[in-house]
Amino acid sequence: MSETLNRYRVSTRRSAELALLVGAWLIGVFAWILVDSATGETSFGGWTSLLSAGILLLITHGVVRWQAPYADPLLLPSVAALNMLGLAMIHRLDIAAAQRAISNGSPMPTPDVYLQLTWMLVGLVAFMLVLFFVSDHRRLQRFTFTAGFAGIALLFFPLLPIIGSEVNGARLWINFLGFTFQPGELTKVALTIFFAGFLVTRRHSLALVHKKILGVGVPRGKDVGPLLLVWFAALLVLILERDLGTSLLLFGLFIVMLYVATGRRSWVLIGSALLTVGGALAYQAFGHVRVRFNVWLDPFADANGSGFQIVQSLYGFANGGIFGTGWGQGYPQLVPFAKTDFITSALGEELGLMGLIAILLLFAIVVERGARAAVATRDPFGNLLAIGLTTVIGLQTFIVIGGVTRLVPLTGLTTPFLSYGGSSLVANYIIIALLIRISNAARAPEVTDAELVLRQDGDGSD
Amino acid sequence: MSELLLSILRIGFLVALWWFVLTVVSVLRRDLQAPRDAKPLTPARSGKRPSPRPTLRARKTSTQLVIVEGALTGTAIPLGSSPIIIGRAPDATIVLDDDFVSTHHARLTPNGNHWMVEDLGSTNGTWIDRTRVTTPTVFRPGTQLRIGRTSMELSS
Repeated sequence: MSETLNRYRVSTRRSAELALLVGAWLIGVFAWILVDSATGETSFGGWTSLLSAGILLLITHGVVRWQAPYADPLLLPSVAALNMLGLAMIHRLDIAAAQRAISNGSPMPTPDVYLQLTWMLVGLVAFMLVLFFVSDHRRLQRFTFTAGFAGIALLFFPLLPIIGSEVNGARLWINFLGFTFQPGELTKVALTIFFAGFLVTRRHSLALVHKKILGVGVPRGKDVGPLLLVWFAALLVLILERDLGTSLLLFGLFIVMLYVATGRRSWVLIGSALLTVGGALAYQAFGHVRVRFNVWLDPFADANGSGFQIVQSLYGFANGGIFGTGWGQGYPQLVPFAKTDFITSALGEELGLMGLIAILLLFAIVVERGARAAVATRDPFGNLLAIGLTTVIGLQTFIVIGGVTRLVPLTGLTTPFLSYGGSSLVANYIIIALLIRISNAARAPEVTDAELVLRQDGDGSD
Repeated sequence: MSELLLSILRIGFLVALWWFVLTVVSVLRRDLQAPRDAKPLTPARSGKRPSPRPTLRARKTSTQLVIVEGALTGTAIPLGSSPIIIGRAPDATIVLDDDFVSTHHARLTPNGNHWMVEDLGSTNGTWIDRTRVTTPTVFRPGTQLRIGRTSMELSS
C-alpha cells in the first residue's frame, strides 16, 4: 500500500499558484495607487473594484483547486497579472478622459474600467463553467463539426442586417440587448476545437501521402482542399468585414496546427505562399489594406493623417524611454484607441521598456506553459488543441504588439487580457480554462486500466 | 507629491513587476526539474521540444528500479553499471513469473546518464507508457516500463 501512496503523493503546486495570484493582485493594487496619487484622483470606488477583483481571483483559484488539482500553477497568475495591469491602465485613461472633459467643458464620459471589471467577472465565470462542464477535454472531440459550424456562423454573424454593426470601418460587432459583442473572438476557440478534431483524424494521410518534387514533399491535390477552404474563408473575412487581424490570425493558426499535426515543412511553405498571394491580392484590391501597408513602411509620410495612430504610438514609446514616465505621468491618452488596440503603447510610455519587457515575458510564460501542456498530454487531440489555443494567444499578441511597435503592418486586434473589450477577455479566459484542463490531464498521475483491475481484485480478495 | 518620492515609486513599481515575473520564472524552473513532471512525449509527431532544457531530468543518474505494479510490487532493484536482463528465464537479472513475459524479454543498458531499453524480440512487447519499444529507447525517470503484467519506474 505504501508504494501506491508514494506514487500518488504528487506535488500539485496549488499553493504556489495561490501565492503568485496574490502577488499578481498586489501588483494591480500598487499600480492603481500610483495612478491615483499621480493624478490626484481620490475615488474610493477604486477600492471596491480592486477588492472584488481580488475576491473573484480567489474564488477562481478555489475552483481550480477543486476541479483541476494537478493543473499548471503558472497560467492563472500570469494572465491575472496582465488583467490587473490592463485594469489599472484603463482606470488611468478614464481619469485622463475625465480631466479632458472638465477642461473642455464637455459632459463627463462614463468610466470604462467598471464595465471592464464586469467583463472580468463574466470571463472568470466562463472560466469556471468551462472547468465544471469540460471535465475531460477529449470529450470536445465529439463536437468537432458542431464547433466548426458554430465558428463559421459566429464569424459571419456581424454581417446580418439588424444586429450587425460597423465601427471604424470594420464590421465586427453585434448589438445584443444594449451590449456590443465581437463574436469573432469566440470563433477563435470554436475553430481551434474544429481544426484539432479535423486534423487528428486526417494527420496520417496528410503527413504520409505525398510526392517528392525538388526535395520537398508535396501533398496530393485532394489533401490540400481543406487548407484552400480555410484560406478562402480568411479572405472572405477580410473582404466582407474588413478585418485584417482576424483573417491573419485564423490562417496562421491553421498553418501552425497543420505543421504540428503532420510535422511536414511543405505545409508551412504552401501556407506561406498562399499568405503571400492573398496579401498581394488584398493589397491590389482594397484601399484600406494598401493604406495600412504604406503606413507601416513610412508612417511619417502622412503623420497627421493615416499615419497618426502609429506615429503617436511611437512618440509614446520614445517618451517612455527605458524606465517609463511612471503611472499617470505620461500622455498615453494622445494615442487614438489607447484603451483597446494601443494599450501596449500606453503601458510602454508609462512603464518604459523595462515594464514592457516584463509584460512580454508574462505572455511568453503563458505560451511556454501552454506548449508544455501540449507536449505533455498523452492524447493526440489534446496535443493539437493545446498547441492551437496557445498559438491563438501567442500569435494574437505578436500581431497586435508587432503592429503597435511597427514591426509588422498594423491590424486591428485586441491585446489578450490587457485591452479594454469584453468579448476578447471572455474568449481568452475560456482559452486559459481549456489549457488548464489539458495541463491537469497531462500532469495528473496516470491510472492505467491494469491498475484499476488490480485495485478491484485487491478489494475483492481482502 | 514630491518629485523624488514619485521617481522612487516609479522605479519601485518596476522592481515589483520584475520581482513577480522572476518569481514566476523560478517556479517554472523548479517545475522543470521536478521528476514527476517528466511526462512522456507522445511519439513521433511532436515538433516541439518538451521543455527548453529537456536533459535536466536525465542529469541525475537513477540508482534503482522500482516495481510499481505486478506480482513483485514494491521490490526495488539497485542499478549499477552493468546491463540488466528481464525475462522468465532463471538466468535473467529480474525473473518475472508471468505467462505474458518471454524467456529473455528486454534489456536495460546504462548509457551515459540514462538507461536504454531494448526489446529482445519478445512475443508480447515491451512498453514505455503507451509506446511499444521497437528500437533502443531512453528510459526516463517518471515514465513506466511495462513488461507483461509488471510495470517499473526509475527512481534516484
